[in-house]
Amino acid sequence: MSTNALTISEVDKIYGTGSGSVHAVRDLTMEVAKGEIVALLGSSGCGKTSTLRMVAGFEDVSRGSISLAGRRIETLPPVRRNVAMAFEGYSLYPPLTVRDNIAFALKVARLSRSEVDGKVVGIARLLEIEDILDRYPGSISGGQQQRASLGRALIRQADLYLLDEPMGQLEPQLRAVLRGRIKHYIKERGLTAILVTHDQTEANALADRIAVMEGGVLQQFDTPAMLKERPVNLFTGTFVGEPPMNVFEAHVKGDDRQLSLTLADGFSLNYAADAFSHDVREELLKREKVVIGVRPYAVRRSAEGVPATVSTSQWLGDQTHIAADFGGHLLVLVEHDRTRLAAGEAINISIDPHNLHIFDLAGGTAISHGMELA
Amino acid sequence: MDHTSPLETIFRRVALGVILVFFLFPIFWIVLMSFQTNEQILRIPPRVFFSPTLSNYKALISGELITTVGSLKLTFMHNLWNSFFLSTTSVLVALVLGVPAAYAFARFKFRLGEDIAFTLLSIRFAPPLLILLPLSLLFNEIGLSDTYIGLIWVYQLICLPLIVWIVRGYFEDISPDIEHAYRIDGHSWAQTFFRIAVPLARPGIAAAGLLSFIFAWNNFVFALILGSADKQPVTVGALAFVTAAGISYGQIAAAIVLSILPTLALALYAQRYLVEGLSLGAVKG
Ligand SMILES: Nc1ncnc2c1ncn2[C@@H]1O[C@H](COP(=O)(O)OP(=O)(O)O)[C@@H](O)[C@H]1O
Ligand SMILES: [Mg+2]
Repeated sequence: MSTNALTISEVDKIYGTGSGSVHAVRDLTMEVAKGEIVALLGSSGCGKTSTLRMVAGFEDVSRGSISLAGRRIETLPPVRRNVAMAFEGYSLYPPLTVRDNIAFALKVARLSRSEVDGKVVGIARLLEIEDILDRYPGSISGGQQQRASLGRALIRQADLYLLDEPMGQLEPQLRAVLRGRIKHYIKERGLTAILVTHDQTEANALADRIAVMEGGVLQQFDTPAMLKERPVNLFTGTFVGEPPMNVFEAHVKGDDRQLSLTLADGFSLNYAADAFSHDVREELLKREKVVIGVRPYAVRRSAEGVPATVSTSQWLGDQTHIAADFGGHLLVLVEHDRTRLAAGEAINISIDPHNLHIFDLAGGTAISHGMELA
Repeated sequence: MDHTSPLETIFRRVALGVILVFFLFPIFWIVLMSFQTNEQILRIPPRVFFSPTLSNYKALISGELITTVGSLKLTFMHNLWNSFFLSTTSVLVALVLGVPAAYAFARFKFRLGEDIAFTLLSIRFAPPLLILLPLSLLFNEIGLSDTYIGLIWVYQLICLPLIVWIVRGYFEDISPDIEHAYRIDGHSWAQTFFRIAVPLARPGIAAAGLLSFIFAWNNFVFALILGSADKQPVTVGALAFVTAAGISYGQIAAAIVLSILPTLALALYAQRYLVEGLSLGAVKG
């Protein structure tokens, strides 16, 4: 048996037929290792839930195969796949108390009453719902229902845990606390989990690897650090990171001594030729125009830089967000000191070459990150 | 509610009163008639005050009708029993068949699904007389005419569409993920249906059952054609009071009172279900 818990290969999901059909997931291939937490990250409607439902068995795959724990599962009924799932809409059973809803998941495990009780209370304590165990789903808040539903999924023994936006309804503080606890709970037991979210903070905090999806297509599947340092295309580059990456179209000019990226007349980023590797330079000079990206915290103010005009400056308590007009484009930079800048004030911007992400203008695929080819 | 003017309140009360009288007066009059003898009823002008008699009810219950030309055997109590038996069994059979069908229509998209569901409903639109002739020929052929089984079968035309359509709406209102959650925790399709879907749809099932009971009870024409005297329900049995010696209005009235009592009691008892079930399920569709 391989160390892969889950293998999704070349899976498509098409809802409906004919003109009304929706191609929700396209040619998805990904592997999740045993004991790994993977986040599916993407905006609403990108096919995250559809992917989970195919793994759980509530939707047929239109094409492709899914294996879990060494078995092909895409045609098995849900009951035989041995996965646990927390649903986006909670889906608690209304006539049962929260306690019974959670205990329900253990019915098939044939545990003694006291064992079940102990487990339910344990998970309830973890999720801070101990005091509502005897209430009914209809009489508790959305956030509490969500935690009850999460508890019902986590309490079981399963080869894979599917958590569909498990913390979307919670207040920020509680969310932060629970993230830590849930991660600990999963890691301590060596469980394998896929978490769906559109919140990148949550994905970063919980997941070992993040799968970024858009339009039903898996864009990139990598560790949080790699997603930030080496986005494979413009989409992941701008989607991952807060505040988002600044991007500009730029004309490329250069010879064997220097390389300049010109945003507009008089707004050029000039670099010595040896700031980039030979291969990068060669790739760039093949093109007339490229898209350059730079993370807000990598933009520097320095006397020799390119001129820009401050439009707003905000101190957020731990960092300053400065928005500036940069050759007709909006540029955001983040500084960790409290900087007082008035609107309209002139500043000079410089960007270190190793902080530059350069993308192809046409397809958006990454050409280089810093000095290296992508 | 606070901003309705007194005038509006008065108008509403009056309108309600008029409607109530309009619908309830015939029933009230029939109740009065059932305590009068034929002579008292046929008096002109009619009177509201009279000395009540229980003779009509006695005749019905004892099964003997004394007329001017002699005494006549009545099968009213047996008809009442037939009504009860036919309606109850029909509804039970329709529930057993209809609830799973409604579930299938609500949950699964299959080829011709919508067409089948609609055909089922359209049976209710067709005038019963249209189906009766071929049906009675067919029943004679296969020996089902004048049997309880045959009648119960035909009563499915009344009960099944109602149950399928009302209960279907109910199932559609239940989030499929509640069932999914149960199934993924290791339960089979059948367990999910019986333990999750059916209990959650219970108000709708109750309403549909009650409503089809009432419809079945009130049916006249199927039983008239397809059943003989000893299988006939009260609706048809009441014809026996049209005798050679004239029409015995008093007994007819008493028979009506006795035959609406069960449905009335049922409707009053289950009013809450009926309103809930019908407004929640059927309207959404
Ligand atoms: N049962 C369904 N029938 C038809 N289209 C669907 C169905 N479920 C989802 N879709 C469509 O598939 C796409 C992906 O949906 P979903 O997987 O729920 O996205 P996400 O969870 O990422 O928000 C959306 O365009 C959605 O409208
Ligand atoms: Mg979703």
